[in-house]
Amino acid sequence: MKIFLSFVRKEFIHILRDVRTMLIVLFMPVVLMLLFGFAITTEIKNIDLMAVVDQYSPDVRGELTALENNPYITFKGIIHERDVDVKLRSGDCVAVVMFARDGKRNIVLDASNPSISASVGSYLTQILQGVEAQEAMNNTRFGTSQQNVKLPVTTYMRHNPQLKSAYNFVPGVMGLILILICSIMTCVSVVREKEMGTMEVLLVSPVKPIYVVLPKMIPYFVISLINIATILLISHFVLDMPVYGNLPTLLALCVLYIVLSLALGLLISTLVESQMVALIICAMVMMVPMMMLSGMLYPLENLPPGLKEVSFFVPARWFIEAIRKVMVEGLGMSAIWKEMLILTAMTVFFFVVSLRKFNDRLE
Amino acid sequence: MIDPIISVRNLTKQFGDFTAVDHISFDVHRGEIFGFLGANGAGKTTAMRMLCGLSFPTDGSGFVAGYDISTESEQIKRHIGYMSQRFSLYQDLTVKENMELYGGIYGLSGKEIAERVEHLLNRLNFADHKDDLVGSLPLGWKQKLAFMVAAIHRPEIIFLDEPTGGVDPMTRQQFWELIRLAAADGTTIFVTTHYMDEAEFCDRVTMMVDGQIRALDSPANLRKQYGAESMEQVFYKLAREAKRGE
Repeated sequence: MKIFLSFVRKEFIHILRDVRTMLIVLFMPVVLMLLFGFAITTEIKNIDLMAVVDQYSPDVRGELTALENNPYITFKGIIHERDVDVKLRSGDCVAVVMFARDGKRNIVLDASNPSISASVGSYLTQILQGVEAQEAMNNTRFGTSQQNVKLPVTTYMRHNPQLKSAYNFVPGVMGLILILICSIMTCVSVVREKEMGTMEVLLVSPVKPIYVVLPKMIPYFVISLINIATILLISHFVLDMPVYGNLPTLLALCVLYIVLSLALGLLISTLVESQMVALIICAMVMMVPMMMLSGMLYPLENLPPGLKEVSFFVPARWFIEAIRKVMVEGLGMSAIWKEMLILTAMTVFFFVVSLRKFNDRLE
Repeated sequence: MIDPIISVRNLTKQFGDFTAVDHISFDVHRGEIFGFLGANGAGKTTAMRMLCGLSFPTDGSGFVAGYDISTESEQIKRHIGYMSQRFSLYQDLTVKENMELYGGIYGLSGKEIAERVEHLLNRLNFADHKDDLVGSLPLGWKQKLAFMVAAIHRPEIIFLDEPTGGVDPMTRQQFWELIRLAAADGTTIFVTTHYMDEAEFCDRVTMMVDGQIRALDSPANLRKQYGAESMEQVFYKLAREAKRGE
């Protein structure tokens, strides 16, 4: 135990004296969160909208008011039909709603960014349909309706009514950032001892490998806890990500996940001989499958049969799935026990393999 | 305790078809400075790794400090000190912290560590610098410190794997002075080197060629035997027979 503590002390000294690296691992999550949360976004925050009105009617007025009052729409005025193209081209607006004389509504979009224009289009359609449905219902109720009104289909977005991309990105980014940073930290720190030659001296000493390796995880575990805190605070206060589930469940999940990631880094470090290779494996070889196969960017349901099975082995996949359930759907531990179990099994596996590998190195 | 302190019979290490160490036998006496010479690739480091318990022998037997290298490597590790050819202290720890860490690894108590640190630093005249970061010291000092750290737990034998690589002649002199001091205290020194002038400082030397021991005697006797003026010439005569490439 004394030996264990003197190694823990040594590891803390390593980290505290290497201020630059410490700042990098503490600030990287912040930068990545903000990048993913703000820069890479498909959500519609500020739609510059104009309208063309052929003929005013109560219906048209009602719909215009609804558009003007919507917090995500900046209504920039009524224009003439011949200016539609000019205004879209100049970027004065990204969408124009045209209220035709016959009651038809057309939406003209600037589709230079297809994914944004698609969501703007469906968002506007939703608003207009909502207003129409409301009017139709009012008319029927008060018996003023002369003709049969077709009630349009209304879609309700549960869990994420505003289609905020943070809901999608934050769990994914958390899954990615945590495993990336944690595994990089541990794998580099073990390999560094190999590169420096200090590992050789440790192996000649009577100290057990586990005493060398486990203390490495402790300071990084502390750093990872700080990272979890910053990530959660940023996602809550800056990215407006709600935490509907209970906090202890969320934290338990995160802590399990960082232990897994630290163990993964350990495993990598026992397999490679240089910090360079360790970094390349962590940052590049792992990153791409992690992004593609974890459900972070693309829904797992879309994966072809072979790859779907591969994704079972991606730890981030289970974490992201579980944390979505907790943060977005507000489910508790009973809903994520399967994911927790799988993540625990993976952690144990990483530990056992890396410690065995380490003993082999004594030979 | 058995005398000799290291006793090796027919020690062999094979990697696949390649025989790195080929049936070597020798004894090292307590308190002597034993030089292990040979060209790069002659099998010096492999032989030394087996003696330190880092690697299992394929064949043959060996005893270090009375313990069997095949079965009691954990015991051996407690009784030896080791300094590798690569510098192996932590650069971002201070001199004192490094010594405390290694003292702790070998199970010394806090009091013992404090005593040893003071004793060793005084021997180096280095007590003023005990709170300096090792990374800020010149290479020569680092090497001398590494030797002191290898001796922190008063091991019976210290293994030195090319300890003076890359340091200036002046520092090498000082380094060998430390080795002689340690030997005078009764510590056995087992040192590999390819500086032939250093071979002169050893009590006895072996010459390894192609995994085998070609010569084993005191430097003076070897010079006489091979009719050479210096160890350098002895080395050339023996190494010329080597079939392995560099």
